[in-house]
This record gives sequence, structure tokens and C-alpha cells, in this order.
Amino acid sequence: MIELQHVTKLYPASGRPALDDVSTEIDKGEFVFLIGSSGSGKSTFLRLLLKEDTPTTGNVVVNGKTLNTMSKWQVPKLRRTMGCVFQDFRLLRDRTVAQNVAFALEVINKPTRTIKRVVPEVLEMVGLEGKAHRLPNELSGGEQQRVAIARAFVNRPLVLLADEPTGNLDPETSEGIMLLLERINRTGTTVIMATHDYHIVDSMRRRVIELNGGQITRDQSRGVYGVGR
Amino acid sequence: MRVNFVLSEVATGLRRNLTMTVAMILTTAISLGLMGTGLLIAGMISDMKAIYYDKVQVSIFLADGVTDEQRSAIETQLKDSPEVKNYIYESKDEAYQRFQQQFSQQPELVQNTPADALPESFRVELVNPERYPVIAEQFPNGANGVDQVRDEGDFLDRLFSLLNGARNATIAVAVVQALAALLLISNTIQLAAFNRRNETNIMRLVGASRWYTQLPFILEAAVAGLIGALLAIAGLILTKVLFVDRTLAGPIKAGIIPPVDWGAIAVISPIIAAAGVGLAGFAAYVTLRLYVRL
Repeated sequence: MIELQHVTKLYPASGRPALDDVSTEIDKGEFVFLIGSSGSGKSTFLRLLLKEDTPTTGNVVVNGKTLNTMSKWQVPKLRRTMGCVFQDFRLLRDRTVAQNVAFALEVINKPTRTIKRVVPEVLEMVGLEGKAHRLPNELSGGEQQRVAIARAFVNRPLVLLADEPTGNLDPETSEGIMLLLERINRTGTTVIMATHDYHIVDSMRRRVIELNGGQITRDQSRGVYGVGR
Repeated sequence: MRVNFVLSEVATGLRRNLTMTVAMILTTAISLGLMGTGLLIAGMISDMKAIYYDKVQVSIFLADGVTDEQRSAIETQLKDSPEVKNYIYESKDEAYQRFQQQFSQQPELVQNTPADALPESFRVELVNPERYPVIAEQFPNGANGVDQVRDEGDFLDRLFSLLNGARNATIAVAVVQALAALLLISNTIQLAAFNRRNETNIMRLVGASRWYTQLPFILEAAVAGLIGALLAIAGLILTKVLFVDRTLAGPIKAGIIPPVDWGAIAVISPIIAAAGVGLAGFAAYVTLRLYVRL
């Protein structure tokens, strides 16, 4: 499903590699936490999967396709199989909840009929069925993140990448978001979540990949945030 | 492609940067208007060349006291000369009539000119217009009833070098303006892309195609280019109606200056429109490629 083969990423401005000879495999349907301190390489890891960046050396393979050799024109197709959620939600503030979700489908040319059908479905799934016509700033942080998740999931991606999705939320709201991600994971979608939130990691007991200085220092199924913490 | 989506993005984009859009449209309009003017002058020059160069190359003006013998001697000489292709005789009366016609818009000038003030002349067409000195040698000024031999080609050359200069200057200014317009378009598109970075970031992440992301920007520039072109065309039409047709009515009627006809404007308008749309769209495309990550 997702494979990194001896991936090293060097940014020109920095002497130390952001990722240093990283190899790992993630299977379809897995739920993986990516942990590590700031600057450990979590974001680079996610960016490489999206082909927002190319590795300096090594291969990234997603859905059987080697990203290094992928042409520019194929990148949009790759990204249609992936959903992204961020700490800062990244909603369009001048569009309603439903319009924000529909936007993701409109710009990839889905027929209007399909959009009209699936947007309410996904809003119901994330628990926002009554709020389709609200603007983002009329919603709480947790609700805004639900909109972002709806937008990421509405095209039924194979992989959902979440970069600290609970970073701006209180523990209770975070729990709700995690339940939602878990539910998405149960539909067969691979979820990869970069996080600092040890409560969540410890309570979920899923696979944990820990990065430190660009290297994988731990890869543990049913792991916790910190060993011996 | 969702036409509605793209068009509404274009409209929003144009409205959001209104001042930049206006600046972009105006510079484009001025540039294209000057380009159109240059093209019209170029067309006029070639029309005028056709009118003048073919007709007259050398004028032999006769002295006031010319005798009949002198006149017919000159005529015989012209008839027998291998250098002369054709000639016509213009009497004082004919010269005055032509004068009246040429300056029909300036009646005072016509009134103040006595009917016999204009000299009679032979208008000579040469086999080879470059051979003017030979004719001038054959008819020395001030002798045998000849007052003056004038190389009209020389005069026309000077006239046309003036007109060519005007055309070149117009086109040069048009090019400079076009450069300014292109830079403004580039700047506006960068600004527009920056303003809409949230949208385009999301579009990129959800896998919108490059075209889908770029098209609104390119169309935005192309629409501005089109509006600029329409203004330029309107400017040309106004110039024709308000300036050329009024101020230059006399010389045009007299056949000295060819008229700027609607046909010429009809030919030039689509060229201007295509240049406006094409250049603006191209500038936007290059800008997006070079400066903007979509």
C-alpha cells in the first residue's frame, strides 16, 4: 500500500537530512501514529507521500506507483486517492460547510448530481447534518475539524493523512475527532496521523512509528507514546 | 470542466483586485490602441505610395513668359526622350482648378489666390524614376521657358520618411506600453494567486488538475486583455469619426490623403483583440509557471 525504501530527504538550506534512510511499510487499512518531536521529520514524511516533495534518494511507493518516476500530470490523480487534514483546518471562510465539502468534488469535476447526493451523506457521517449552511467561523474548532475531515473523506480516499488534527482542540473534542477517524479507518481507509498528543496515542493502542532526527527509532504495533514515560 | 465555477472564479478575481485590474486594462488599451494606429498609418502609407509614386515623378514648371514655340519644343523633347514613359500638360486653368479642389476646406486661401498665380507645367512619368538628374540636365532652370524642374519623388521620399517615422514612433511607444502592460498583468496575476492561495492550496491537495487551477487566472488576464482591446478599438473608431473624418476631410476629398475607411478598422480590430487576449493569457500562463506554485 505505502512503502518507503531507504528514503533520504535533504533540504538545501539545512545540513542535517529531514529524513535519513527511512524504510517502512504501511498496509491497507492500518491506523498509524507518526510521533516525534518537532523537526523529527513527521511533516516531511507526509509531504513525500503526497508528492509535495521528492526524496533526495530512495523510493516512495503508494498504491503500487513509484512516486519518483511519476510525471507531473499524474500527481493530481494520486492526490485524489488521498485525503488531508491539518491542525489549522484550512477551510474556505467565505463558503458554507456544505460548499467547503462540495468544493473538493467540484474542482475534480464530479457531476453535480453526485455532489448533491454525497455531501449530505458525509456531513451526516461526521455529525454535522444540521449545520450544512453555516459558515466556518460560526462553528467551534471541533466542528470545523469535522468539516475538514468531511472534505478529506468525501471522495472516499484510500489513505487519510492527518497532520496533528487535534493540535488545536481540547481533550474532549479531540476524543470526538479520534472516534471519527477510527470510524473512517473501519471503512478500510488507511489513516496516518502525525501527533504530539500522548493521551490519544496511549488510549488508542495502534501502530506507532517514532521519528527522531529523521530516523525511525521505534516501530511498534499497539504502541504507546513514550516508552518508560 | 464546470463553466460556472471557472467563470465565477474569474469574476471574483477581477473584482478583488479592482485597482490593478483597471490599471492592467488601461495600459493594455493604450498599447493596443497605439498598435492599431501604427497599423492604420502603415496601411495609409502604402495607399499613398500607390496614389503618388505611380502618377508623377518630375514636374517641369514653365516660366510666366513662356512662348508657344518654347512650349512645343519642350513637348517634342519629352515625346522623343527615351527616359520619358508618359507625360501630361497642365495649363494654368487646370492647375487652379486642382488647387481649388485641394484646398476646398480653406476658402480664404482660395479667395486670396489669383486664378493665374499657379504656373503651367508638364507632369512627367519616367521609365526609371531614379533618372531624375538626366531630365533636370535637359531642362535647365530659367532657360527656354522652363522656370523650375522639380523631383516630386524627392519630395515624396521626404514625406514618406516622415510618415514612416511617425509609424515607427507609434509602434515603438506601443511596444513600450505593451511591456508595461505585460509586467502589470504578471503582477496582477501574482497578486491574484496570492489572494486565492487558500483555494489553490486546497485544490492542489484534493487533486484538481493543473489546468483547473490555472484556468481562472489565465481567463482573468484574458478577459482584462479583451476589455483593453475593446477600449482600444473604440478609441480607433472615435479617432476616425472625430479627428480624421473632420479635420482631414478636405485633403481626403481631394485625394491627397487616402481616407481611413471602415474596412481597415474592421481588419485591424480582430488583430487587436487577438493580440490583447493572446498576450494577456500568455503573460498569465508564464507568470503562473515561473512564480506561482499551483
